Amino acid sequence: MLIRKGAEASLFLEEWQGQRIILKRRLPKEYRHPQIDGRIRNYRTLHESQLLHQAKAAGVPTPVIFLVDLHESIIMMEFVEGKRLKEILPTLSPGKQKLLCKLVGRMIGCLHKNCLVHGDLTTSNMILTNDGKIVFLDFGLGEKTTALESRGVDLHLMKRAFESTHFRIAEKCFSAILKGYAEILGEEVTSRVIAKIEEIELRGRYISGRSEHEH
Amino acid sequence: MQGRKPEQVCLGIEATADDFGVGILDFEGKVLSNVVDAFVPESGGIHPREAARHHARVAGQVISTAIQQAKIQPEDIAIVAFSQGPGLGPCLRTGATAARALAAYIGVPLVGVNHCVAHIEIGKLATKAKDPVTLYVSGGNTLVSAFDAGRYRVFGETLDIAVGNCLDVFAREVGLRRDGVPFGAVVEKLGRKGRNFLNLPYSVKGMDLSFSGLLTAAITLYRTGKHDLEDLCYSLQETVFSMLAEVTERALAHVEKREVLLTGGVAANERLQEMLKAVADEHNSLFCGVPKEYALDNGAMIAWTGILKYRAGVTTPLVDSFVRLKWRLDDEDALWVTDKC
Repeated sequence: MLIRKGAEASLFLEEWQGQRIILKRRLPKEYRHPQIDGRIRNYRTLHESQLLHQAKAAGVPTPVIFLVDLHESIIMMEFVEGKRLKEILPTLSPGKQKLLCKLVGRMIGCLHKNCLVHGDLTTSNMILTNDGKIVFLDFGLGEKTTALESRGVDLHLMKRAFESTHFRIAEKCFSAILKGYAEILGEEVTSRVIAKIEEIELRGRYISGRSEHEH
Repeated sequence: MQGRKPEQVCLGIEATADDFGVGILDFEGKVLSNVVDAFVPESGGIHPREAARHHARVAGQVISTAIQQAKIQPEDIAIVAFSQGPGLGPCLRTGATAARALAAYIGVPLVGVNHCVAHIEIGKLATKAKDPVTLYVSGGNTLVSAFDAGRYRVFGETLDIAVGNCLDVFAREVGLRRDGVPFGAVVEKLGRKGRNFLNLPYSVKGMDLSFSGLLTAAITLYRTGKHDLEDLCYSLQETVFSMLAEVTERALAHVEKREVLLTGGVAANERLQEMLKAVADEHNSLFCGVPKEYALDNGAMIAWTGILKYRAGVTTPLVDSFVRLKWRLDDEDALWVTDKC
């Protein structure tokens, strides 16, 4: 059953060996040359499954991968039971929100510390499981890098996701995330990343309140 | 001529790069004239100073011709609009100087226009698109944009050179000749005969694009002497257009708009049109290809955007009419875009 259709991949919820699983399939694009199409889908499927695996090694929960089919560009993975952070976060008490965001920050810190960036950090891509873990999903735009720029963009996207989806609690949540992040990467690296985020925002291409900074 | 009320027409001057264009429109959006004089270098690329000299030489004549063709008198002009940026400094300054002089002479307000905004606005006017995702591809710009929260936002753009520049430099480096048509058209024609696809770097980073490595790789392949130029042109086109189509598709899926607008010099390429149309179809959107006259740099787009801004209450006082070489598309509130969201 198709549950989401993105620009690049479609997600299907299926039954396999008596359990619910997710099939992430990168469908062929008719408009591009088959050789380009094949290469891209193959590379990205491989790349994403590797990143999912490396994230686990970095201490960040991600879905269990059951099967990778490079021919069909399919990743078959665990359907993670739990609630999306996007839905659960607004229902929690301020204290719990802070705690959870700090945990998210620590997880992002673990990724960055292990040379990974997620590339698409939103509260829709995080699931809170019943045993209190946060599972990170969708590494399709992820990268293996330690570049300050990439780390800055990663966190900036997280901040933006909060500002657009959870604007009332955005500031508190994001500062809790940075606290958790600093616990893993240390104050020095964190302050450099924060400076980078500010620089990215001033480039103006992502934000609406730019006019205040003009001239 | 007779009977035209003075507040009805705007003269726009476009001079961001190699083209010096003057367009005249009435406030209803009817194009009364649209004259372009292009600077064609004898060899190599566009030298900003040489292009500016060309503009200074032809400015008077192009303005006169535009006024004559529009069948108006200079006194009928209600506003003078000009491309204030982004672009090549010397060219921009030449156009701005002409605009300031003309506005002062007639005694009418000046309106500085963002060149990229103008491409989108004339595209909307020419194709009747209302709220599109725009792919603007030319020798100097490569970007994917859509209107959101008061501005034209940039969803993806090139991290290094523009796609048109990539095609031009490739054509020059492999010794192709223009023969009166743009290099892009030469590459397109050769590419149609290509049969064997050669792998080139495919460089999409998130929503952004990079063409410089790809260009070097294509030139290097050519220099090995092992490949047909037809195959190289074919592969180069397939690769860069796939990249553009992918980023456009991402933006379209993200913002969920119902139109895809293709504009800029590279928009003339039929293979690119075909791909973008397929992208639009897949997302139940309408493909809007801007006709060449308005897709290439032209004065009409500046005049039309000048009218839109003027009607929204924006004029540019002389002291603020300095040119803005790196004026970003998303650096301006699009006050005139109101009938949506």
